[in-house]
Amino acid sequence: MAERSFAREVQDLKLAVGEEFRGEGILAVTKALLQSGVGYVAGYQGAPISHLMDVLSDAQGIMSDLGVHFEFSASEAAAASTLAASVMYPIRGAVTWKSTAGTNVASDALSNLSSGGVTGGALIVIGEDYGEGSSIMQERTHAFAMKSQIWLLDPRPNLPSIVAAVEHGFALSEASNTPVMLELRIRACHVHGSFICKDNQKPTYTLAEALENPVTDVNRIVLPPASFMHEQDKIKRRWPAAVEYIRRNGLNETFDGDIADLGIILQGGMYNGVLRALKLFGLADIWGNTRVPLHVLNVTYPLIDEDLAAFCRGKRAVLMVEEGQPDFIEQALNAILRRAGVDTALCGKDVLPMAGEYTADALIDGLGKFLDRHAPELDRARPPSAAPVLSDPRVQALARTVPARPPSFCTGCPERPIFSAMTLVQKELGAHHIACDIGCHLFAINPPFNLGATTMGYGLGPSSASAFNVPARKRAISVMGDGGFWHNGLVTGIGNAVFNKSDAVTVIVDNHYSAATGGQDILSSRATSPDRSTQHPIEDAVRGIGATWVKRIDRTYDVAKMRDTLRLALTTAVRGPKIVIASSECMLNKQRRERPLFNAAVKRGERRVKPKFGIDEDVCTGDHACIRLSGCPSLSVKRSDDPLKLDPVAVIDETCVGCGNCGEVAEAAVLCPSFYRADVVHNPNAMDRLLDRVRTRVIGWLQRRREAGRVALA
Amino acid sequence: MASPAIATDRPLAVAILAMGGQGGGVLADWIVAMAEGAGWVAQSTSVPGVAQRTGATIYYVELIRARDGAHPILSLLPVPGDVDVVIAAELMEAGRAIQRGLVSPDRTTLIASSHRALAVPEKAAPGDGITDPTDVLTAANGLSARFLCADMQYLAERAGSVISASLFGALAGSAALPFPRAAFEDTIRASGIAVAASLRAFAAGFDAIEAPEIVPPKPTPPPAPIFGREQDRAALDRALERIATFPAEARAMLRTGLARVIDYQDVAYGHEYLDRLDTLRPLPDAALSEAARFVAVALAYDDVIRVADLKTRASRFDRVRREVAARPDQLVSTVEFMHPRVDEVCGTLPRRLGAFIEGSPMLVRALRSVVDHGRRMRTTSVAGFLPLWLIAGLRRWRRALLRHEREMAHVEAWLTVVRHHMNHDPALALEVLKCRRLVKGYSDTHMRGQSKFDRVIGAIPLLAGRADTADWVRRLRDAALVDEAGVALEGALATVRTLDA
Repeated sequence: MAERSFAREVQDLKLAVGEEFRGEGILAVTKALLQSGVGYVAGYQGAPISHLMDVLSDAQGIMSDLGVHFEFSASEAAAASTLAASVMYPIRGAVTWKSTAGTNVASDALSNLSSGGVTGGALIVIGEDYGEGSSIMQERTHAFAMKSQIWLLDPRPNLPSIVAAVEHGFALSEASNTPVMLELRIRACHVHGSFICKDNQKPTYTLAEALENPVTDVNRIVLPPASFMHEQDKIKRRWPAAVEYIRRNGLNETFDGDIADLGIILQGGMYNGVLRALKLFGLADIWGNTRVPLHVLNVTYPLIDEDLAAFCRGKRAVLMVEEGQPDFIEQALNAILRRAGVDTALCGKDVLPMAGEYTADALIDGLGKFLDRHAPELDRARPPSAAPVLSDPRVQALARTVPARPPSFCTGCPERPIFSAMTLVQKELGAHHIACDIGCHLFAINPPFNLGATTMGYGLGPSSASAFNVPARKRAISVMGDGGFWHNGLVTGIGNAVFNKSDAVTVIVDNHYSAATGGQDILSSRATSPDRSTQHPIEDAVRGIGATWVKRIDRTYDVAKMRDTLRLALTTAVRGPKIVIASSECMLNKQRRERPLFNAAVKRGERRVKPKFGIDEDVCTGDHACIRLSGCPSLSVKRSDDPLKLDPVAVIDETCVGCGNCGEVAEAAVLCPSFYRADVVHNPNAMDRLLDRVRTRVIGWLQRRREAGRVALA
Repeated sequence: MASPAIATDRPLAVAILAMGGQGGGVLADWIVAMAEGAGWVAQSTSVPGVAQRTGATIYYVELIRARDGAHPILSLLPVPGDVDVVIAAELMEAGRAIQRGLVSPDRTTLIASSHRALAVPEKAAPGDGITDPTDVLTAANGLSARFLCADMQYLAERAGSVISASLFGALAGSAALPFPRAAFEDTIRASGIAVAASLRAFAAGFDAIEAPEIVPPKPTPPPAPIFGREQDRAALDRALERIATFPAEARAMLRTGLARVIDYQDVAYGHEYLDRLDTLRPLPDAALSEAARFVAVALAYDDVIRVADLKTRASRFDRVRREVAARPDQLVSTVEFMHPRVDEVCGTLPRRLGAFIEGSPMLVRALRSVVDHGRRMRTTSVAGFLPLWLIAGLRRWRRALLRHEREMAHVEAWLTVVRHHMNHDPALALEVLKCRRLVKGYSDTHMRGQSKFDRVIGAIPLLAGRADTADWVRRLRDAALVDEAGVALEGALATVRTLDA
């Protein structure tokens, strides 16, 4: 079950011709796929494209009515390979993932796919995870397009343009027998807007027809001599065919302006930002009118040499707005202009930053420098600037006041106790090399745990510790989530460790979902799913691949057991990889599932018990050792009303979900007795009430007896 | 070609800074829905990603009145210096908005919730790590066109709702957007989720901006009546008379301290407390007040008896019910998490017996196997309550117990240092008094604190004769409160050693 339900959005997929779709950019893509007669969709979840996967997953009914096959792929490599169905058969297929992380994983299949070429339209929807909000290394998908000759679309970030890019993407792919990537930046994925729908199309040729009428052609297989033929075909036939399609259909757009001797060439995704910068200089307006001519590359690869040369010819100067590094397009543009004998001055990364997101500030600054240099006489407005405010000493003082707030484990997260236990073990055995992975568990690198040395990629935690397979007084620890485990960690991590007789310790964090990407089901999910086969235990898999020292902990909140198991794994004389599987359900998903059921039961008058943790303020001494072993958002500190206490005391707020970690940590670490758990009994039954009356009477008598002897002065 | 007609209208820009889980997305969606409902064009974007896991994140909305046949090109990114409304769902996030240049004095209405969600480093410091928000308030007041601030979290909770609803109300109340209150409320109704509670929180947020609710400062509670047995009354009156002989500045703290130690033990203990303070009378008045604080803390050390006493009181049972917001028709049962160790057991034995056991490794081992593990006690059941109640009853024999002997020896040693310096260097004496703050917590934490305390006090001879000894002790103490392991303290001590060299 995904973190968010898309029941309402699924209804939008049924919208008919002429109706208006309103919603996020990435959801517009789902509708556009169905309008394009897509035959199959596959992908691997991850921000910013998780919602695309989640909506299609929730839309099984509509998909099967249309005859569209949908898969949650095991990895991006699996997703990319799925496109093989479009190699021989005229079936449109789409796959999706976050990039460049996912494209890295997929690139083996992508290289093979693009070498042989495709018959049916093959569209790769790329969530370009770049700039603010990104969770991965800052790289460009553009490089993959260039090296494999895959066409790259970068539409203007509005819903009609994105939808058109999907539709043209399939057609371009078919016209040039080449897979096409559609790049959507984070904000474009999450932009709210609207477009006018078309009817959904059933695929013209189905997967079943293909299966029943197989076609083979040895020339499509990447093996000599065909592979040499493919390279020539890419350049001599597919490229010109793509250029022809792009020009004929006007995929790139030119917006004229009266200042004809200047121009800006930009990636489609930069359009809104560039237009806003121009508007703030008084050179454009909010309705899309511009005084400086614009040439918008909705296709950023391949470039159309003739169009670019034509746009630049006769101009004093042109600014190239290309986000990310290196400056692939600008370099190409320089060569294009030189070959065409166009001597227009070209600005780009000399006025704009070479690296980093093109924020409003960066664009305003770069455009200003460009105008200063090439049109100093131009009458222009002064854009707003935060510079005076930012140089104010009152703002600079904020640098020491405003705290960094990196992402962290949610309230009640079952992964927190794993790292509490790891902290306790390290207090006993000293610091260890800890190899991290991708997933929520990576938040352990942040305060309060500060655990972890490296992260090499999804499912690569154990293999990133594989060099440390030498005799030493300490063993390496690696951490991997269940998502990474099924993505590739079973083989690259566990299989690799078994085969190479590694002695290292691997902790597999099993929270029942691919939790960091939004709670999608995976092989080991506990839920039953009508569409997927789940409930395949990780323990069976690691034993199946040859691991023998395997400990499973089915309640990660048992900090003492977790600590003892880790200690044993680090100290046992047994040779070979030590695998600890730490299992407890992602609290975010658990709460989302259970809270409505709990509330409904209470409303019906059924007896239900809700645990919540608290702290006895007068027992807490304000040392905060509990927080250093937890960091739970619901566990905080507050100033004490007690004038004798100078340091703030710990406090648990109303968001506590009663996971139990606080009590377990206090117990295991022998912290302090301030914590208590209060079990609130909703709709108590007669037995509860009777017992409570008896207890209250006895305890009340004892309490009154003691109070009578007490002298009080307040 | 001819110059196109460049229109000058601009969209309204709204930035929302929130932490993951605060409902910033809901707030953005409401703004969009309201604007679209009024025939405007609205565009929102966000960069949730992993930031939705408790990290800081930003939502950005642009709104413009629709024009027939034209589509506005709205920005996906806020332009620093060009944002009309900034909504910060937490006070420090308002500071972050200012740092990002989103708040400008000529344009921006800054709406912030005054509550704090503390960042992990603020919470994790062994001492007081809470950041003083004055810088943020100063910048927000001075650098925005309007700064509207109230505890939106509290208002939402009181209404049984979440902060997005009270902030939406505050946005309506600010009149920064050209939509009537009814349009806001209709948007909440149309969303169809928890409408009644959301509307209550909305109204509270609206009113807080319209007419800020002045929270009256907490009145200082009047001295509670003294009660107790007849024979104690006379002794208690004498103790109060003794307080009256101290300088006026110290009396309030003395009274608080006296109340604590009497509550901790008995009236005679109160007199012992005052006896110790009598020996500190040469201290300046302000220092004497601090002495009254820390001597009370030292005498009311946290032992098993104290914890059992606090956990079994009737007032505590009532407080737990309040804290978990239990309704009268609900029952509450309470579980305590205890982990007694051999130290605690021996400390609670008569001093000779306790010391004897501690002196025998075999007995310690045997005892450890019996007691040293986590115990959960249900204090709302008779079987769980009674043992704690009995332990609390050991109070009357406390003076004869091993822990008490050790604590008193430690207190004496500490006060001896204070007395040694109070005449020639009262500032140093005060700093030594304040070092008591380092001793806190239970078990390992307590040991660590005591060791830090001992190291700081132990450094005084190295600093003897300097004019700034007191400053150095203060620096050492502050360093000791920075981190748990004492890394900062060791660094500071190393510096102290080089001073002498």
